[in-house]
Amino acid sequence: MSAVLADMPKTEATKTVAPATTKAIAPSRGERPRTFYVLATLFALYVLALYGPMFCIYILSFQDIRGGLVFPMKGTSLHWFVDLFTQVRTGDVKGSFDRSIKLAVIVTVITVVVSFLAGLGFRKRFRGDTVVFYMMIGSLVAPGLVLGLGTGLLFQALGLNASWYTSALGAQLSWTLPFGVLVMFAVMSRFNHVWEEAAYDLGASRWQSIRLVIIPVLAPGLVAVALFGFTLSYDEFARSLQTAGSLNTLPLEIWSMTLNVTSPSLYALGTVTTIVSFIVIGASLGSIVLIQNKRGSSTKG
Amino acid sequence: MQSSQTPPRANLAGWLYVSPLVLVLVPFFVAPILVVLAASFFATDGFGGLTPGFTLASYVEVLHSALTLKLYLATIKFSVLTWIFTLIIGFFVAYFLVFHVRNQLLAIGLFLLCTVPFWTSNIIRMISWIPLLGKEGLINQALMALGVIRQPLEVLLFSDLAVVIAYVHQLTIFMIVPIFNSMARIDKKLIEAAIDAGASRFDIMRLIVVPMSKSGIALGTIFVVSIVMGDFFVVKVMSGGGSASVVSAFYEDVGVLQYPTAAASAVLLTLVLVAIVSLILRTVDIRQEITR
Repeated sequence: MSAVLADMPKTEATKTVAPATTKAIAPSRGERPRTFYVLATLFALYVLALYGPMFCIYILSFQDIRGGLVFPMKGTSLHWFVDLFTQVRTGDVKGSFDRSIKLAVIVTVITVVVSFLAGLGFRKRFRGDTVVFYMMIGSLVAPGLVLGLGTGLLFQALGLNASWYTSALGAQLSWTLPFGVLVMFAVMSRFNHVWEEAAYDLGASRWQSIRLVIIPVLAPGLVAVALFGFTLSYDEFARSLQTAGSLNTLPLEIWSMTLNVTSPSLYALGTVTTIVSFIVIGASLGSIVLIQNKRGSSTKG
Repeated sequence: MQSSQTPPRANLAGWLYVSPLVLVLVPFFVAPILVVLAASFFATDGFGGLTPGFTLASYVEVLHSALTLKLYLATIKFSVLTWIFTLIIGFFVAYFLVFHVRNQLLAIGLFLLCTVPFWTSNIIRMISWIPLLGKEGLINQALMALGVIRQPLEVLLFSDLAVVIAYVHQLTIFMIVPIFNSMARIDKKLIEAAIDAGASRFDIMRLIVVPMSKSGIALGTIFVVSIVMGDFFVVKVMSGGGSASVVSAFYEDVGVLQYPTAAASAVLLTLVLVAIVSLILRTVDIRQEITR
């Protein structure tokens, strides 16, 4: 994931030499080795298995009132989408949807700012940096449910009420921040320090060099951090379970639906939340490409 | 370490930059872990009330229970199976993208195609197997239509098989990305040189590609193993309640307000996880790997 963006700037540099050097394993022209077809098939099957099931439920969510959980498709209508937002039986989908989006936006903003600063800090070694680094890795690999329970108990012991905008916000940050900082590492490793030094030589203050040099150069990477922040928060489940308090976020709502709703409205919810995810992914990747293109044309022109 | 020679100013600046991160991680990672650790030594009234104190009763209970061993064996089984499948698929997918796709832009496009589902809901991706694997699902329908089986297979959904399928579906991306990353850094000239020196394709794989992707494999392994070991909802939903893992038992304990036993089992799990991760970290300097 982080490699996606990390590899983008590299593209142009390697493209020119690629034909000559990749010859060894996969000849750049002429006949492909037999293994190419075997691996291409494996890759195609992987992608099929990755997307196939998801598309099944999107299709099945458009059935009419007779619809069930499996194929064949029974009619086509938007019945289950209407059902999803109007029925009491399916729970407070609208409210949890609303909360999840708000929470994801807050988490995104905090993740971008904090990861960016941490990324700047980790460029140079400082006393105790290893402790902070492993604290972050620990936060990443710790079982989410255990952390969630700990946070819940902590709030209880302090006499605070658990809610989605306090305890769940913190619990989600303990998950999105390590990812954000890891992406920042990948982005920073391709940042050329000469640009920053040039800014200092020209008399820029530290703040000016951050605002006028580092942030514009790293903009695509920061968009990537935002993408991680938003989607990881929007889909976060294990850490929110014990920390969200009385009002559910969307994944918690989906979880309780998987346990007691056996109609295609579950699939309809899947379709709706995936559309939101796809919009966010599309907007992020689109803006990264836009920034890169703009840069490409301005350096050429 | 160089840190002993770094000037105090650099130390201060470094800490200033990471202080927001620390300010989040201390209350929401370090403190909760300590709370769970403390709770594991407390006594309970059985109704969710905790009495501060120091007793090892919860640990004795967890370690003496025959269930504990069963849960760990189940968790290890799921972890190992998922690890093997994600590693094989992840390795070859990354290998294909790095060494076989000639057009760099196409390679990035295909790579993105693999990563997009990572940014969508895991729960939705998990339940999306129901129309396929269910008793009346597509796979059973297809097999019956082909005459391979007469009665629908029941082991497809709500079984250990379904659990492993759901894990592999969700987690292969965690192998692909780091392995892709380390493979992309292999200098293609090295492979040219090996071919010129008469190496076979198998030699190249064995002596160059695998050793040089080791750090990616290690990183992917940490992700996959820690997620499977910390998971409970895939096991709960996809096994139909038939299987349990350490964390799903923890979840049940929390549900009936047995906090100390839950906490003791969580502490044990965390220790096992720390042992596994540090074993992997001994083979690779993850920090240098990531920041390089």
